[in-house]
Amino acid sequence: MRDAFIRAMERLAAAQPDVLLLSADIGAIVFDDYRARYPRQFLNVGVSEQQLVGCAAGMALTGLRPFAYTIVPFLLFRAFEQVRVDICQQRQPVVLVGVGGGVAYSTLGPTHHAIEDIAVARALPGMTVIVPASPAETEAAVAAAYALARPVYLRLGLAGEPAVPHAAAFAPGRGEVLREGADAFIIACGAMVATALQAANLLAGTGRRVGVVNMATVKPLDTGLLTRLAEHTRLFCTCEEHSLVGGLGSAVAEFAADALPGVRVLRCGLPDAYLTRCDTRAGLHAACGLDPAGVAARLAAAL
Amino acid sequence: MTPSGPDDRLAAAARRLRRTVLDAVHARGGGHIGGMLSLVEILTALYYDWLRLDGGDDRDRCLLSKGHCALLLYQVLAERGLLPAAELEHAVTTGSELCAHPEYRPEWGIEATAGSLGHGLALGSGIAYALARRGSPARTVVILGDGECQEGSVWEAALFAARHRLGNLLAVVDHNGLQAIAPVSDVVSWTSPAALWSACGWRTIEVDGHDPAALCAAFAGVAPGTPPLAVIARTVKGKGVSFMEDAPLWHYRAPDAAEYARACRELDP
Repeated sequence: MRDAFIRAMERLAAAQPDVLLLSADIGAIVFDDYRARYPRQFLNVGVSEQQLVGCAAGMALTGLRPFAYTIVPFLLFRAFEQVRVDICQQRQPVVLVGVGGGVAYSTLGPTHHAIEDIAVARALPGMTVIVPASPAETEAAVAAAYALARPVYLRLGLAGEPAVPHAAAFAPGRGEVLREGADAFIIACGAMVATALQAANLLAGTGRRVGVVNMATVKPLDTGLLTRLAEHTRLFCTCEEHSLVGGLGSAVAEFAADALPGVRVLRCGLPDAYLTRCDTRAGLHAACGLDPAGVAARLAAAL
Repeated sequence: MTPSGPDDRLAAAARRLRRTVLDAVHARGGGHIGGMLSLVEILTALYYDWLRLDGGDDRDRCLLSKGHCALLLYQVLAERGLLPAAELEHAVTTGSELCAHPEYRPEWGIEATAGSLGHGLALGSGIAYALARRGSPARTVVILGDGECQEGSVWEAALFAARHRLGNLLAVVDHNGLQAIAPVSDVVSWTSPAALWSACGWRTIEVDGHDPAALCAAFAGVAPGTPPLAVIARTVKGKGVSFMEDAPLWHYRAPDAAEYARACRELDP
């Protein structure tokens, strides 16, 4: 997804001279081509994340369209007050691009994991939270974020995310039904969309008809889609590479509690814990029941 | 002070603002009066002399990073015709759109939201960078408190601004030596506030922050294509009201009836 992001930034920078990519000293080598082609549209602010976000906000106040990029925890947590006040309270069109959502940085350890980011980003009034499911969707999301001209948090994985058979072009605020279902729908985001499709396949083998939704925008949630699905399906299973506290699952559960009586929301996600054992991304998923077999088993038990 | 016309105008504005801000704090039952009184000449030198407020997108920008002194800012903005008088009258009272810390509203001259210390210089550096990038003649001034300079984000911004030679950026530190619950020297050991700025790559000038002519002369040192300038304005918290001067008690307080009467006599003898 990171490479897809860079490709999209190159296209955007070529088309929009007011676009600037700011990095907090992240992206050695991967940004070399971009920097060579668009030197006036790249800035390394250094190991200073509060400056990254505050400066981006100041640029936006003055008509530039900055994309502020670094690893999720440094971007969102280190500079959270700048995100809150300088960007959201001032309603500035800054796109915050966090790389390494979930446990994408796996063996680097919990300081580099992002398990709370969707939760805190969701809590910010005026923030749009987009979690692309694939490299292609990442590219579309970059262009869409620019067009929104509002505060956006774009949560990327890292590398190796598979393609997803998208049914429609990405549109902010719209969930995408990738697979029809009747017994249940898995509502997933990010890297878990591919996992959800595999889980649904496993369950189909046992006769359960499980649909899959790519909820690429977590805020605002596509509540219209959930309402339509709830007319015929009474079990939603959310799936995210994020803590069970406060992420996509919570967002869906909140809406269901408010508006979908009789719909049960089963939530799959990372535990409320820092994952300290050194392991690959796939290994961490499996340990937390977020591999396709784990998700399928959890859902099967509820069906 | 030299008895020239412009200085008289600035001195008169300062006297007027001291009195109006005292009245405003008294009427509201409290306010950050000490830090407002130390700020008066800085704001008059900026708003009545240095800032080019007309110019639309190329106007000069002033960011009050020590946002707790917004009530004084609102007075100045109203005097300069940026803030509607009706808004000023009800500022920081129930139903007003103006709270005790400023919220971004450029049509009223409020160039940035402030209230949590340490944000203004980063914002200002981004504004200055964008203005320089498009060749605008506009300047940006960020007003900080000396206690505020304990926030690390100030130095992230200072390093950035110097590295990118943002000569169109001016920092003014209201150096009154006090913070909320202590003198600044109790909390930090910096031997010279100016040295911090010059170590980051800024030019620095120290001036008497209650001398409008000296402030104006200092601000005249701002020039594009040079290192950014930090003006360390040595001020007295609570300046103008004897019992408030240099008194930590008056960081946030309301004068009672007797104190108010005494303060009025001192400000308008």
